[in-house]
This record gives sequence, structure tokens and C-alpha cells, in this order.
Amino acid sequence: MASLADVWRRREGLRALVWLSPWLAGVAIFFIYPLLSTVYFSFHRYDMYTLEFAGLDNYRYLFQDPRVLTSAKNTLWLVVVLVPATVLFSLALAQLVVRLKAGAGLFRTIFYLPSLVPMAAGTITFVFLMNPSTGPWNQFLALFGIQGPDWFGDPAWSKPSLTLLSLWSCGQLVVIFLAALLDVPRHLYEAAAIDGAGPWRQFRSVTLPTLAPVLMFALVTNVIYALQYFTQAMIASRVASGSTDSPGSSFSPGYPDESLLTLPQWLFQVGFRDYSMGYACVLALLLFATSMIFTLILLRQFRRAEEAS
Amino acid sequence: MRFVPLAVAAALALTACTAGKEAGPPLGARPRPSGSASQPLPAATLELWHGFSTDAEVKAFEDAIKGFNQKFPQITVKAVKGVQDDQITQAIRGGNAPDVAASFTTDSVAQWCRSGSFQDLTPVIKQDGIDLSVLPEVARSYSSFEGRQCTLPLLADAYGLYYNKALMKGNAPPKTLSELTALAKKLTVRGADGTIKVAGFVPSAQYYENVPSHLAPLVGATWYNDDSTSAIGSDPAWKKLLTWQKELVDWYGYANLEKFRKSLGDEWSAKHPFYEGKVAMVLDGEWRNAMIGNEAKGLDYGTAPLPVADDRPDLYGSGFTAGTVIGVPKGAKHPQQAWELVKYLTTDTSSLVTLSNALRNVPTTRAAMDSPDLAEDANFKTFLDIFAHPKTSTIPASVNSVFNQEAMQTFMEKWEKGAVPDLDAGLKSVDKQINDKLKLTGG
Repeated sequence: MASLADVWRRREGLRALVWLSPWLAGVAIFFIYPLLSTVYFSFHRYDMYTLEFAGLDNYRYLFQDPRVLTSAKNTLWLVVVLVPATVLFSLALAQLVVRLKAGAGLFRTIFYLPSLVPMAAGTITFVFLMNPSTGPWNQFLALFGIQGPDWFGDPAWSKPSLTLLSLWSCGQLVVIFLAALLDVPRHLYEAAAIDGAGPWRQFRSVTLPTLAPVLMFALVTNVIYALQYFTQAMIASRVASGSTDSPGSSFSPGYPDESLLTLPQWLFQVGFRDYSMGYACVLALLLFATSMIFTLILLRQFRRAEEAS
Repeated sequence: MRFVPLAVAAALALTACTAGKEAGPPLGARPRPSGSASQPLPAATLELWHGFSTDAEVKAFEDAIKGFNQKFPQITVKAVKGVQDDQITQAIRGGNAPDVAASFTTDSVAQWCRSGSFQDLTPVIKQDGIDLSVLPEVARSYSSFEGRQCTLPLLADAYGLYYNKALMKGNAPPKTLSELTALAKKLTVRGADGTIKVAGFVPSAQYYENVPSHLAPLVGATWYNDDSTSAIGSDPAWKKLLTWQKELVDWYGYANLEKFRKSLGDEWSAKHPFYEGKVAMVLDGEWRNAMIGNEAKGLDYGTAPLPVADDRPDLYGSGFTAGTVIGVPKGAKHPQQAWELVKYLTTDTSSLVTLSNALRNVPTTRAAMDSPDLAEDANFKTFLDIFAHPKTSTIPASVNSVFNQEAMQTFMEKWEKGAVPDLDAGLKSVDKQINDKLKLTGG
């Protein structure tokens, strides 16, 4: 016969399960079930109508598909260049605003406003503004004798142009950094100043350690965001190529020269334009695994840095 | 016991949900009712999804449906406008298929036919004694797949050459590619710094309708071998087309041409460069006639078949065609009535003529094309002739259709900018991409 303590413990366990059940149900329905389905479909030929077991065909095709490597390279470029650029730029802007003696509210608003513009509208506007023939940006550069490139039409410039778009709309990150910077205790700066620390030393020894968790949050979320980068790349490609999504029109994904073809965009193309759902599931799993690896690496680095400090 | 009412309610709710979606028997499953056509068919309300979206298009389509209502007063047609292929696909898959669906593109026909998501019309076509030879062979090839006629052509598009008479300066429209090149060079006007002010012809595959599928008939290039694998690398016509195109691109200068292309207005707006006198000759569909009538009244222009390869004069007069297709999806609630509507819209001469006159699209049956009621002017007639030409071609239905076109489009963009060092090897790589994908899709 179970002791009273055992019953109590069992009931505790049950109670905990009951309290957890909404979360468990959510995870099961919205994460585990879709993940298992994705794995299941990845072994099938599935065109939204017919389902046929295909063994490892979809996985084999992953190594034959030249666009996987191209899109993976483009996505990696975004992770390596766009993310650090956006984070550093946002941090610099936040530092600037926090030091302002007057007009901080105005600048906060100015920097935040672009992030309120819907992504699609912002991207279309950028492509129009940077049109090499009719856009005012190149006309402005011409005043200084600079011949601007075909920003979204030249494969060498298309990703840097998207980075500029990302810098323009980094208001949310600026606000987060601003809040974190205002949270750094003033007396630490005063003590450091008394010890003779200059601005760079103050930033390295006071600001950065306090800011580390926020910086890590910004990096992890932005890396995941870059791995899922879709809307801006897709719209910039469409608008810059000048081809509308009308029936019968041919469009080369990732225009120009597949330079804006990101992994999620290729996944969308394969799944929802070609209806090769099984193969799209393989790409989705690849993306999932990549996101997990990046997140784990970043978290481990973060823990190491925390332990070291 | 207290769960019993709950279970009953759940069962009722489930039955109610599914009852409304009950599909009718597939076409051809029942023998055709005897007697006159209108009497035996019970009353029904049909849902018809189509891609027309502008007011004029929707009105024209509804006018055609009115003719059907006169013939079958007991059948009501509820038309839903602006529907795209993916919506149709999703609806069929979700068990909410309309009774009749029309698509602007032929890209999905192969998948729809192969998967059976559009019902095979062959049994009812035979039952009703419809002779499909009233349709040109090319229209049959883009509306069926692997012997299944799961859609019928509703209206067709044909592609030809438009030329601005003022800019042509008395020159006749070119008949061969070398004539086109010479005339394009002659009519091009450049600024002092070399920038293009007026282009004789824009050879870029990125320019509006100059997509690979529309350009292929210029040289008689084929997309597939008999076994459905890609013929792009082995058919020398593609190489001929690309070599001609690159030569003209290089004459303009790729950067120059791109700068010019990016300065042009939207293809679907009144700022079209052809209306504005910035391009002398363009490749375009017959529907441009109606657009010019609405957006550029007074433009003095002419139409002609597209110029063809110098060594293929037999191709002159032909061109590319595709068009709107219509069929009965799997899961249609009233398939018999739906078939009557499809039959009426695709084979009734007066309906086709009404639609063609209003939309300025090519009617698909020979009777409609020969009808005295068909509003014909010289510019529109060019396209009727192109459609009827025996060498006019299309992209035959393929499960890989969109992928193939996009693979070729991407390759042509690389090629024209000079990023392909070896054309033969490049075309072979397109073949490989297409064939690998074909294996993946089980085609």
C-alpha cells in the first residue's frame, strides 16, 4: 500500500501536468505534430493531391539542386554581414541618442518611425528610390560626381542594398538598446572615470558586460530572422526585375542572378509554386537544423562569455 | 449518461458540416438522361471560379453566362472573380471545390489532369458527341495531359509583333531575325552619351513579354523530347535563338539596355513604352489591341506575325499560343450541370464570339473564328491567323511546367549579361536541372 507521501507526490505530479497542459497541448499541436508531419512528408512525393512514398529521393535531390547551395550562401551572407551590421548600427545609434543633451525624444522618434512602415511598402519604396534610371538616390549621388550602381539590379549590390534597408528600419532594436543603456548604473561610469578610464574603456568594461544579455538576445533573434529572411528579398526581386506575378509570366527567383535567393524563398518556390511539397519539407528541415545549430552556438558562446566575466 | 446528448450534438454537427460538401457522382458515371437537354437536368446553383477581374472582363463573362441561363433557366450560376490557380488547388484539396473553375494559365493543367483533381471530360465529350477537331491541335495539347482531357480551352492568347508606324519611318515589319536586327539598329535613337532614347526592339528576355516561351517559336525551339525530358540542350534552335539575342543585346550594350529597361513604365499601365513612342517594335499578345484602344487611343500602330529564323521561312505566320482553360474539379456538387456550363462556354459559337468581342481574346473553335459576328479589324485578325497557323506552338502541359520556364528564364538572364562562358555547356546544365526535377516530381 502506497504511503500518504507517495500519493501526495503523485498528486503533485498530476497537478503539475494539469497546470502545464495548455502549454503541452500548444507544443504538441503547433510544434511536435507539424515537425513530425514535415519529417513524414519529406520521405514522400506530395503535390498536394497525391501522396507517394519516395524513400530518400527528396534528400538525394538536395545534393543535385544547384539552388540549395546558392540560397544557402546568400542566407549565410545575411547572417554574417546583415545581422552584425544591423546590431552594431543600432547600438551606435542608441549610444548616440543616450548621450544627447537635448532633442533625444525627437531623435528617438525619427529613428523608430521607419520600423513602423510595413515591410512590403518599405522595400518597394527602396527599390523605386534606388532605381538606377529614375530613382532620386542616384541623381543625388550624381550631384557629387558619383555614378551610383544598379542597386537592386546588380548581383554585387543587391544584398548590400537590402542591408541598407535593414539599417534604415532598425528602430525597434535601437529602442531595446536604448532601454538597456539607460539601465546601466551611472555610478559605475563615475567610478570608472575616477579610475581614469576613457570612453572606449568605459564601453568595454562597463557598458558591454551590462549589455551582454540584451546583445545576445538581439543576436539570436536577428540570426533567426536572417535565416528566415523572405519578404524583403522576394519583393525586392520582383520589383527590381519588373516582372509582375501575372499568369504566364516567367520570373527568375532571387533576381538579379539568384543573388537574393534565400533559403526560405527557395523553399516557398519549391513548395507553393512547383508543389513539390516533399522536397520543400526537406528544405524546411534543413532550415530548422541550421537555425538550431546557430542558436546553440550563440548560446554556448554567451554562456562562456558570462562565465569568463 | 450525461455525455450522450453531447455525443449526439457532436455527431449532428459533424454530419451538418459534411452534408453541405457532398460531391456529385463523377462525370460519365451515369448515362446521359434521355430527352431534351434542358428538361432532365434538375435545378442547381453552380459556383464558377474564374480569373477575370476588371469590371469590363467580369461583365463580358457574365454576359456569356446569361446566354447559358436562357438555355438552362433552372440552373443558376454564381460567378466568383479574380481566382488564381493556387486558390483552386487549395479548394479542391480542402474539399471545397467549386463546380466549375477557369484558369488563365495552362501551367497547372498537367498536375490537375494527372492527379484527377479536375475530372476527365473524355467520357462526357464522347457521350455528347463533341468533335474536338473543332479545336486546333495546339489548343488541345495545352488543355489535356497524358490522354486526359481534363479541361477545355475557353479563350486563347496568341503572340505577334506590334509596331509603331511613326517610328517605323515607312519600313515594313521584319520577317526574319536578321531583318529584325537590322531594323532595330536602324530605328534606335541614342543620346550624345550613348544612352538609349528610342529602342528599335528590346531583345532582353527580361523585357515584359519576351519570356522564353514566347521567343521559342521564332526559331521553332522545342522544350521536350518524346520521353518528356528536356530538349533545350540538344535542340540547336535554342542556341540559334540565344546567339541572335546576345548579338543584339551586345550591340546596345547590356548596361545601357538595362538602364533603358529600368526607366520604362509599367507593362500594365498607360505609361507603356510602346504607347509613349520609346520602343518601335514589341512582342505582345492579342489583348494589347484592347489595351491600346482603352489607354492609347489614337496610337498609329500595326501588327504582324513575329519574325522567324532566316533558315526557317516556313515558320513565318506562326507564333506562341496559350490561353484560358476551364473544367470541372473533383468534388463538384453538380457535375452534370457543371459540364453543361463548360460545354456551353467552350463550344457555343455565340458565347465564344460574345466573349472574344468584349475581351479581344482569340476564340478557340473554328466556327467562332469564322463567325461573321466576330468583330475583326486588321490588327486583331493578325492574331486570329497566328492562332490558326499549323506551326503555331505552345508549351505542352508538363508537371514541371513552371520550373522549366523559370530555369530557362534564369539562364537567359545570365546569358545576356555575359555570365555564361560556354553556351553549349550552359544549355546542358539547364537540361540537367529540368531532368533532375522531373525525376523528383515523378514525371
